[in-house]
Amino acid sequence: MNKQFFDVAIIGGGPAGLAAALSARKAGAKQVVILERDVELGGILQQCIHNGFGLHRFQEELTGPGYAGRFVRMVRADTGITVYTEAMVLEVAKDKTIWAVSPTLGLIQLSARAVIFAMGCRERTRGAIRIPGYRPAGVFTAGAAQRMVNMEGFLPGKNIVILGSGDIGLIMARRMTLEGAKVQAVVELMPFSNGLTRNVVQCLEDFAIPLHLSHTITFVHGRERVTGVSVAAVDANRCIVPGSEFYLPCDCLLLSVGLIPENELSRAMDICLDGLTNGPVVDQYRQTCVSGFFAAGNVVHVHDLVDFVSEEGDIAGRSAALFANGELPLEKQYINVKAETGIRTVVPQRISLPTAAGEKVRLFMRAQEPLTRSTLTITTTAGKLVERKLPVAKPGEMIVADISTEKISPDSQEIIVTLLPQSLGGA
Amino acid sequence: MSELQRQPITQRVSCIVCPMSCVGEVEIAEGQVVRMVGFSCERGRAYAESEVTAPKRVLTTTVKLNGGTLRLLPVVSRQPLPKDKIAACVRCLASVEVEAPVKEGDIISGDLLGLGVDIVASRDVESVSR
Ligand SMILES: Cc1cc2nc3c(=O)[nH]c(=O)nc-3n(C[C@H](O)[C@H](O)[C@H](O)COP(=O)(O)OP(=O)(O)OC[C@H]3O[C@@H](n4cnc5c(N)ncnc54)[C@H](O)[C@@H]3O)c2cc1C
Ligand code: SF4
Repeated sequence: MNKQFFDVAIIGGGPAGLAAALSARKAGAKQVVILERDVELGGILQQCIHNGFGLHRFQEELTGPGYAGRFVRMVRADTGITVYTEAMVLEVAKDKTIWAVSPTLGLIQLSARAVIFAMGCRERTRGAIRIPGYRPAGVFTAGAAQRMVNMEGFLPGKNIVILGSGDIGLIMARRMTLEGAKVQAVVELMPFSNGLTRNVVQCLEDFAIPLHLSHTITFVHGRERVTGVSVAAVDANRCIVPGSEFYLPCDCLLLSVGLIPENELSRAMDICLDGLTNGPVVDQYRQTCVSGFFAAGNVVHVHDLVDFVSEEGDIAGRSAALFANGELPLEKQYINVKAETGIRTVVPQRISLPTAAGEKVRLFMRAQEPLTRSTLTITTTAGKLVERKLPVAKPGEMIVADISTEKISPDSQEIIVTLLPQSLGGA
Repeated sequence: MSELQRQPITQRVSCIVCPMSCVGEVEIAEGQVVRMVGFSCERGRAYAESEVTAPKRVLTTTVKLNGGTLRLLPVVSRQPLPKDKIAACVRCLASVEVEAPVKEGDIISGDLLGLGVDIVASRDVESVSR
């Protein structure tokens, strides 16, 4: 087997990987490779057949496959990009040798000057949230069910209960209803839905599907097949309210209880991970703590808008191409970006110095809890970088703010991001 | 018109136009909006009016696909459809079968149910080479 050499190797062919490949080429990479374990490019978008993608990037509402298609066609048309599908990457070494297996090619070994992780994320399973009960058939994650219904032509059940009211749970409530199933209810632990209002209205209210907020599933009934679930109310501390339990019969339980960035490869290489995002710690170039390794998309932090995923892919692709050509500025120093009161996560987690003149860095943040009328503040030891009033902030919608790096001096210790109610001094 | 229809009815509407997510109430009598409270801006009031008088939705679903690399073809309505016709449209599309190959934008069901809206393929699917 001949070992092949590339300027930039990208692991994962979802929207992050596709954008990274195109932008790496634009920034001067001659040979780029995408390794994708699925039978086709496009990632999770191929199963998200609903519309609502691309409003920022293309100013129109595309379906998931429609959005993916635009990038796939550009990638396929570029002869400087090699694509391996059905190629599962098993190992990546620090010297940037990559091993993958494919049913048609067997073992693939290749080597690159820069590597981009774009593996996306996977769904939290029942095991990860520990619901008591038996282990009957009929319990699926919502995304697995989405793939079955939208791509493979199977209906996972006819009488459905959904746990979790994030966008995926909501979208699946509508999808199952349109396919003729009865959705009994969506059960949500938090006192609010993490999904877009648009999805609450168009996926639940349109079909009169009940949404039980501040409720959880306490037991899964049925030995062979799910026969029903017990649902109970929870109090402000998320403890079950005694006596509030009720029973919902169903033959299928869909779990939409969160996504976890897919970082086995990065972890095996001792790349530093952020305990809250579960993704690698990155700087403004999306470079990880190991030089020459970059990351973009859901592997870094779970995104809700694919437009931002593509934007992050652009950054990682450009940076990796510059690195491969020895043009990326060598970092002399890091300034950490820290999420404090009101903010749960922030990406990038650090900024490498020196920065280019006039360089702007976009920060992506998630609020700790929903707030109306709050103030976002970004400060360094030297003073305020950003102060902005937010009429509403929800954990489900990423907060985006640009900071200009001119104001960051090498002696700034760290950059601190907070989100405070306006009544609390933020006014 | 019956007595019932002449009585104004109140409908709760959650605005989806911007992240403020205002929830307001709209009173309608004889198909006309007579009173509206709770919306903070003109765009929201316009949305609420269309939402109670003529609500529309884009429909996305799948149809059966023969001879393709996938068993199902995702489809989308080119324009929004009247909300109360969605169920009928889905039922109609349930019996549609198409043959691969298909290109994104191919019309799968033209002028569905005479509503003036085409249902088109939302992706390319190649045929399986045998
Ligand atoms: C169910 C669902 C609904 C959504 N709805 C919307 C919406 O309505 N609007 C919107 O804007 N956004 C939506 N999103 C968000 C958006 O689609 C995702 O954030 C985006 O697809 C993430 O892109 P990605 O490239 O990071 O990951 P993915 O799309 O997950 O791509 C990762 C790719 O990496 C591959 N891979 C992983 N590990 C390996 C390996 N070891 N070797 C080779 N290949 C590997 C995977 O097969 C996959 O193809 C939705 C997401 C989900 C999950
Ligand atoms: S009424 Fe206006 S402010 Fe309120 S959600 Fe609608 S568009 Fe936004």
